[in-house]
Amino acid sequence: MEILTILIPVSLILGGIGLAAFLWAMKTKQFDDPSGDANRILMKDWDDKPKP
Amino acid sequence: MTIAAPLRVPEYEHPSLAACPACVVVPSAQAQAQAAMAKPTHARIMLSLPSAHCAACISTVEAAIGAVPGVRSQRVNLTLKRVSVEADAAVSPPQLIEVLKRVGFEAHELDPGLLSATETDKQGRELLMRLGVAFFSMMNVMLLSVAVWSGAEGATRDMFHWVSALIAIPTVVFSGQPFFRSAWAALRVGRLGMDVPISLALILATSISLFETVYSGHHAYFDAAVMLCFFLLLGRYLDHRTRAVARSAAEELAALEVPRALVLVDGVEAERPIAEVVVGDLVRVRPGGRMPVDGVVTQGTSEVDRSLLTGESLPVFAGVGTAVSAGEVNLTGPLVLRVTAAGRDSSLHQMADLVAVAESARTKYTTLAERAASWYSPLVHILSFSAFGFWMWKTGGDLRFAVNISAAVLIITCPCALGLAVPAVVTSASGKLFRRGLLIKHGTALERLAQVDTVVFDKTGTLTMGTPEPVGLAEHPVQALAVAAALAAGSSHPLAQALAQGVRAMGVALADVSDLREAPGYGLEGIWRGQTVRLGRAAWCGADPLAVTATYLAAGDLSAAFRFADTLRPGALAAVTALRVQGKQIKLISGDVPGAVGELAGRLGIVDWTAEALPAQKVAMVRALTLAGHKVLMVGDGLNDTAALAAAHVSISPATALEAARTASDIVLLGQDMAPIGDATRIARQATRRMVENFGISAAYNVVAVPLALVGLATPLAAALAMSLSSITVSLNAMRLK
Repeated sequence: MEILTILIPVSLILGGIGLAAFLWAMKTKQFDDPSGDANRILMKDWDDKPKP
Repeated sequence: MTIAAPLRVPEYEHPSLAACPACVVVPSAQAQAQAAMAKPTHARIMLSLPSAHCAACISTVEAAIGAVPGVRSQRVNLTLKRVSVEADAAVSPPQLIEVLKRVGFEAHELDPGLLSATETDKQGRELLMRLGVAFFSMMNVMLLSVAVWSGAEGATRDMFHWVSALIAIPTVVFSGQPFFRSAWAALRVGRLGMDVPISLALILATSISLFETVYSGHHAYFDAAVMLCFFLLLGRYLDHRTRAVARSAAEELAALEVPRALVLVDGVEAERPIAEVVVGDLVRVRPGGRMPVDGVVTQGTSEVDRSLLTGESLPVFAGVGTAVSAGEVNLTGPLVLRVTAAGRDSSLHQMADLVAVAESARTKYTTLAERAASWYSPLVHILSFSAFGFWMWKTGGDLRFAVNISAAVLIITCPCALGLAVPAVVTSASGKLFRRGLLIKHGTALERLAQVDTVVFDKTGTLTMGTPEPVGLAEHPVQALAVAAALAAGSSHPLAQALAQGVRAMGVALADVSDLREAPGYGLEGIWRGQTVRLGRAAWCGADPLAVTATYLAAGDLSAAFRFADTLRPGALAAVTALRVQGKQIKLISGDVPGAVGELAGRLGIVDWTAEALPAQKVAMVRALTLAGHKVLMVGDGLNDTAALAAAHVSISPATALEAARTASDIVLLGQDMAPIGDATRIARQATRRMVENFGISAAYNVVAVPLALVGLATPLAAALAMSLSSITVSLNAMRLK
């Protein structure tokens, strides 16, 4: 059962990373245009070279 | 339980538009609007794109705008159907609208100053943040709880409970705040809202679990507390988003009317915000422009289109001394007005204020959710307290056991699914309607729309586009057509343009008319085969006026009267037919002359029509129908419809309607097509049915789980199962909308 002393903190840290990523995404306005982002992925404009 | 509050006219905050640090150096669009004289070198333009819907639309729009010289950056927001453009000051919104029109997109200018409030949706972000935190805790606590349920014993179980407590307590404190706040607000005024049992369940579940943890108890409800938080916040967030979308669209509609006027200062034109125009100023209104203020004509002659205010489709003559009101459209010649009332005092605004009064009466509608909450919350409290009392008596004063039971009852009955029942359906239904081009402004509009049995339509601008179309051209001699079209081609008057287009479409070659001259407000004059020919108003051409919209030709023997009918709005016939098939009574009430109204009613197959109705008569008719027990849906666009729109049970107006009319209505038709109205009533009925089903589903779960909790058999596992299963069932049921 000693393994729990490692596993529980690990699971908490991993969850915390997820939470931090979510908060960062929200602060940088990644959720402002969900349907636009869903569609932009289908655009062919920059398929051959990256957007300058 | 979240109850969609009536949409209030938003209070516009004016935070800086510059969202990123890099933009701070450039002046905000708002500052520019306030200091229009300060010659900005850089402009931020916002355009509304009601028809954008796919990836190809984004590419086309961004490429088209990017190709305009002077544009620095452009980005389409598909969720809000807008494009924002950063460009040099030389780039003007009308220029971009023209560019977009060429690639096939309808666009309207928006006032960026008015839109700033939506860009920083602080409340929505706050809810989303709390939701995210609750989700993180729910996952972690659930992980630990599953271990306990599957048989962790003794010290391991205690440790798991302690770790859960460490995660759950801060989460409940942070994420539960919206509930605590509104519960406290309700208690202070002596009411028992839905948030009181929610808060009680959250606090009780957390504190009992903490107590049990301290004394190495078997059951802890930390997972239930955070799960409650998560599901309830989800319902609240969905509800908030529906309202935020509606509010931002309402702001967008307000921003559509960029309030500027051309003021003459010492004979020189200067563009000013309407707010700065004062009584006594001279204002120039170009042909095609809308009167920004009330005033008296001091210079120029023209014709004005009053259809938005009165419903008349026939333009009215305006010369020196004619009084005009804000909202009317100047058709042919430039006019100079002396301002008699501006801004808040103009007749347009006063009408809008009247509407605000009428509207407050409608907010008394009790929603399904409110009705459910009104009997649900007392019941939950009574159940929980009687369980506590019973077990205290039965066990001879075992406080710990009795509190545990009553907490279990509260947790299990806690309206998780009830909190999702309405928002999930409203989100799903308004999303569907938005994609079809209908915007729900009012939270309760769907429920009210479902009850409608009578539909009242306005004519001009609603069932028709407000643009004329010549009828019966073939009855006229070809030569008369050729002369009339040659004259008409020289004017931008809507009747003249429609006539010229109609004749051209018939393949008639234009006659050779020379010395063409436009007499603004009267008509056109020219020389044809040595004689003076005129096309215009009846009196000016020496003809007898007809009862319908017409223009008259005087050319010696070739006298003719060309009749016009309003162009039917696309989808009008489909909408009327669909509503009739659904068994709704359909009426047409217009301020226009009987000839024009009867003709349109015939085309649409509407039997019940009234012409020459004054605004007050329209309201009276809607009221009379309401008193007779009918639920009226009013569809209208003009100022003359506004009061009727506000008086009706539910109302729809097209996006081209006046601001006052759109404010008064619950639903706005974003595109030109009217056909979605037929869909809307069907979807609304379906949505209401889903809400009732959802209430049924959550009640069914309670019927099974509550007896278990009352007799003390409910474990945290049972609570978790009941809660998550009912919430998921309710959400899935909401998705079934077609």
